[in-house]
Amino acid sequence: MKPEKPKQYELRLYVAGQTAKSLAAFANLKRICETHLAGQYRIEVIDLTKNPALAAGDQILAVPTLVRRLPEPIKKIIGDLSNEERVLVGLDVQPVMA
Amino acid sequence: MKRKQPKHTPTTLPKSPTGITGLDEITGGGLPSGRPTLVCGSAGCGKTMLAMEFLMRGATQFGEPGVFMMFEENAQELTANVRSLGFDLDQLVAQKKILLDHVHIERSEIEETGEYDLEGLFIRLGHAIDSIGAKRVVLDTIEALFAGLPNHAILRAELRRLFRWLKDRGMTAVITGERGEGNAITRYGLEEYVADCVITLDHRVADQISTRRLRVLKYRGSAHGTNEYPFIIGERGLSVLPITSIQLDHAASAERIPTGIARLDDMLGGQGVYRGSSVLITGSPGTGKSSISAKFAETACRRGERTLIFAYEESPAQVRRNMRSIGIDLAPWEKKGLLQIHSSRPTMHGLEQHLVMMHDTVVAFRPSVVVVDPISNLTLDRGEAEVKPTLMRLIDFLKKQEITSVFTSLTSGSTAASAPEDSQVGVSSLMDTWLLLRNVEFNGERNRTLYVLKSRGMSHSNQVREFVLSEKGIDLVEVYLGADRVLTGTARVALETQERAAAELRAQDHDRKLRQLAAKRKALEAQIAALQAEGEAEEAEVNFAIAQETLQTRTTQQNFDAMAHLRGGVKGGNTRTKGKR
Repeated sequence: MKPEKPKQYELRLYVAGQTAKSLAAFANLKRICETHLAGQYRIEVIDLTKNPALAAGDQILAVPTLVRRLPEPIKKIIGDLSNEERVLVGLDVQPVMA
Repeated sequence: MKRKQPKHTPTTLPKSPTGITGLDEITGGGLPSGRPTLVCGSAGCGKTMLAMEFLMRGATQFGEPGVFMMFEENAQELTANVRSLGFDLDQLVAQKKILLDHVHIERSEIEETGEYDLEGLFIRLGHAIDSIGAKRVVLDTIEALFAGLPNHAILRAELRRLFRWLKDRGMTAVITGERGEGNAITRYGLEEYVADCVITLDHRVADQISTRRLRVLKYRGSAHGTNEYPFIIGERGLSVLPITSIQLDHAASAERIPTGIARLDDMLGGQGVYRGSSVLITGSPGTGKSSISAKFAETACRRGERTLIFAYEESPAQVRRNMRSIGIDLAPWEKKGLLQIHSSRPTMHGLEQHLVMMHDTVVAFRPSVVVVDPISNLTLDRGEAEVKPTLMRLIDFLKKQEITSVFTSLTSGSTAASAPEDSQVGVSSLMDTWLLLRNVEFNGERNRTLYVLKSRGMSHSNQVREFVLSEKGIDLVEVYLGADRVLTGTARVALETQERAAAELRAQDHDRKLRQLAAKRKALEAQIAALQAEGEAEEAEVNFAIAQETLQTRTTQQNFDAMAHLRGGVKGGNTRTKGKR
């Protein structure tokens, strides 16, 4: 374990409307964050159907896309986040052992 | 060959003109409106340029704004690239006529987990389209997604949906794709989704010279030119040369224009060549081809006509200097804007590309005389079958514009031995007038001669003329025929001297004969005078004798009469008769 320095995770989840995939992604993300990043994360959900201009700004192609804005560097995870292990790898988060 | 007329029957597919020179002619009006078109080719063959020009011309000329979604280059790179085509992309973007969207996708930054789709791309594109009211869309090169996204099954499904979606939105779209291995049109089989119109671009290298070619592989619901057409990316964008579609229906002017060499005009029926005709000047090295063509150009300038010289051997400065040495000063005409000299290396492009460039230059400058010096350099090591149709395109194009063209062509060195006529059979049939220049080597020197080999539509001389280049300019001189050959140069001069001497001699001879005659006549006259004098003398003698006798007789008579008188005058009559003897 690294010396205690609570990193703040700023996450953005881009979805396109209330589709099954986006709902699943949000639920998965919430669960993973609660499990492994309790208290050090912030999730912002962006619905591209309401804010289409943001798709270009953040280089979003696929939905759902999870973007780790902080800590740097920016990382992207596409898909419904159903594979927890890969999400953790993608976010570069050390899993908390249950 | 399929040939599209610009006019369409109402049943044909609606088309969106690209504004790209030549492409609209081949496709019969443009790309299919409201449908995607696939433009594919290998790297560096001009896909992006074609797509961009389609968009920019749409925005500037046809009032159709467009979205350019790029997957490889970014906006700055693209702007810089198209600036070379004379389009100010920044301005078009500022005017909301074009919207650029760079889709950046980096495999290493992306983790994939679970189900997803590309709705983000759709939203992005949809938003871009809506924000400027776009009618045209370019996706360049969407295949980059295959490298960025690992799940090809999803990608393919989404691409299919994307093209459908573009169609539904009525977008005239150009999708570019990389040429695939072997016979595959694109690397990832995009043609599977875009089936309405497929254009392939090609960049082939033959004999170390590259030529770009374009072909409409498929155009659903429309006839199109199926040939491969050369194209270039020039200063004014893409230019396709669809020349095989030009028909042989150009007008023929009856106007004659002088060549600038009076004696040559005399050989061509006294008036020079027809306006809008093509003149071929062939000859071995150093026979004066360039000089004649430069004279022709200068003469056109003197008439106030625009003239274009394509020089493939010399730089403009070199042309000016060399022509000045024979009294042709081109520089003033260039300053006046009547003359342009374009020099380029023949090896810079393939023949086709040179022709496209000429085409573009001619269209921009609108000359009435074009000189190409020489075409033989362009046709370097190319088969006749290949060269002829291409040149035919150029000549036809020039004729269509009523531009008089002069082509020079170098024939292989040994002109005397092989007939130089043979070496130009390929292109000569395209030419209206053919001047042949030959070196005649005789008497230890080389002289230039000129023949008019053919000249369509006019009576022309069958004579050989000696062709003299001096600082005073170009002149043609009558040649002498002697000892079974044409005499030129010093041999001609020698013969001229000889003839002059002979003439003098003859003149002297005549004088002498005349003098002899005069002398003879004088002698005769003298003789006549002498005879006359003799006659006169004789006559005088005779007269004297007669006079003497008369006198004697009279004296005798007088004596007799006196005697008779003295005797008393009896029977005077009788006695007189008796007394006489």
